[in-house]
Amino acid sequence: MATLVLVEHDNTELNPMTNRAVAAAAALGQPVDCLVSGVDCRIVAEQASRLHGVRTVLLASAEGLRHGPAEAVARVVMTVAEKYDAIVAPASTGGKDSLPRVAALLDVTHVSNVTKIIDPWTFEHPIVAGNAIEVVRTTQAIRILTVRTSAFEPVQGGGDATIVEITPDLAGVKGVVVSANTVVSDRPELSGARVVVSGGRALASRENFERLLHPLADALGAALGASRAAVDAGFAPGDWQVGQTGKIVAPEVYIAIGISGAVQHLAGMKDAKLIIAINKDADAPIFDAADYGLVGDLFEIVPQLVSELALP
Amino acid sequence: MRRELVFAVPVAAQGMVMRILVPVKRVVDVNVRVRIRPDNAGVDLAAAKMALNPFDEIALEEALRLKEQGHASEVVAVSAGAKPTQDVLRTPLAMGADRAIHVDVAGSLEPLGVAKLLRSVALEEDASLVIMGKQSVDDEAGQVGQMLAALLDWPQATFACGVAVEGTAVVVTREVDGGTQVVKLPLPAVVTADLRLNEPRYASLPNIMRAKSKPLAIRPASAFNVDLTPRLAVLEVREPAGRPRGRVVESVGELAGILKRAIGPN
Repeated sequence: MATLVLVEHDNTELNPMTNRAVAAAAALGQPVDCLVSGVDCRIVAEQASRLHGVRTVLLASAEGLRHGPAEAVARVVMTVAEKYDAIVAPASTGGKDSLPRVAALLDVTHVSNVTKIIDPWTFEHPIVAGNAIEVVRTTQAIRILTVRTSAFEPVQGGGDATIVEITPDLAGVKGVVVSANTVVSDRPELSGARVVVSGGRALASRENFERLLHPLADALGAALGASRAAVDAGFAPGDWQVGQTGKIVAPEVYIAIGISGAVQHLAGMKDAKLIIAINKDADAPIFDAADYGLVGDLFEIVPQLVSELALP
Repeated sequence: MRRELVFAVPVAAQGMVMRILVPVKRVVDVNVRVRIRPDNAGVDLAAAKMALNPFDEIALEEALRLKEQGHASEVVAVSAGAKPTQDVLRTPLAMGADRAIHVDVAGSLEPLGVAKLLRSVALEEDASLVIMGKQSVDDEAGQVGQMLAALLDWPQATFACGVAVEGTAVVVTREVDGGTQVVKLPLPAVVTADLRLNEPRYASLPNIMRAKSKPLAIRPASAFNVDLTPRLAVLEVREPAGRPRGRVVESVGELAGILKRAIGPN
């Protein structure tokens, strides 16, 4: 049999999360195919066809797939499901929306947020805000997995897969996407960024986020993140939230500024390779998770840091 | 003078009389530190403080608001699990749910099994809308809502940060990677609540007292005749690898040096 990977994209560009999901799929030890569901998105299928190790790219194009609603995507997957005994998607909002629906339609169990494939039937994933790692083995032949992409090294290019168009039958899909509001940003995307600059409630206002954190993020080529407290206080948009209930990130460098380090926040960033914390409270739990900490007033430290970084 | 009898016509009555089902889960209280069982068979629940899953509380709040706006005639909370599940069902009742159903099941439950039980309950209750948390804070699977929608062949809207009933449809704003999305689902439908959908109310003391006399039906899972056989074997639950203790640097200059080395020349 073979493994099917749901490709993450915006109809024009393949999201690099896909490279990592393909790597996870390859660890299952059988041929890997990709499914691109969208509209006018052959260009994405072409990008997927060049991923190393991909055998075939299935391309389903229809207006009803433009924003990848789970109800429609699940229909597309079901039309090809009999050829696959494993289906993998990134643990993105798209993958998390669609794959449980597919699993129920196939009457199989579903393992979420996989961080390690121990063997083709045994998987590791974090539970309870990253406070425990659970190892599970499925007793079923069909495996449906969402994977934490930060836990897998991306596959490179160099592939030459065949693209096969499939005709989606979306008759009977009930829900419709009325509108989508995508935030356009010049910065790297939070979940895939090499460096993340994240702010907490101590920043005290949206203006301070902009005045202090934006220049630092610019200097480091970083994505911006925030703690739940900062988002709840309206200092940062919801999709910046790092933590158990927000984004899970594992960048090379994570800089936590004015974040106390609640366990729910740590769940979202503790797999970063290097963690730096700046906080005025020397007893803040963030310092237990950090590799390097600086105790002091962020309003003084951050501008100084930006100046220092500008020096050769 | 004879008083005119005026019947208020709720919005719902123009289309349908809607019953909202809110599935809830009993989980380890998020404020307590979880312990792993010494035999690595799972999280130690023996002495842990348990509570209602916070996302389900948000879902319940939304259901109550829809009822208060006249869109629903009844809000029913449901939970599957062993006997202590009844304790957390008192919270929705105290917050304002009309009644609760405890699906009594002794063994461990997987999301697919829960979805199958809920499917039966949703059909039996003739629910028009199911609102539940987007995930529980223990397993963090985030599967049941989507699975339930699939089993019922209903449309779904996950990660809701806004819910409005319009006629016989529900319009949901969803928090998705990189922005938001608005979807319109004809009822019946399944909606899962994200963190910022609302701020749940506190149950007042009189309502907590009143909740004790609200109906709580106990149904054995066997009555629903669904397959609850676990399909996953839990081989091990262990502590995550710890990080070596970091160190405090003395100056901004030192920190800048560390950052420059970590990021490299690009």
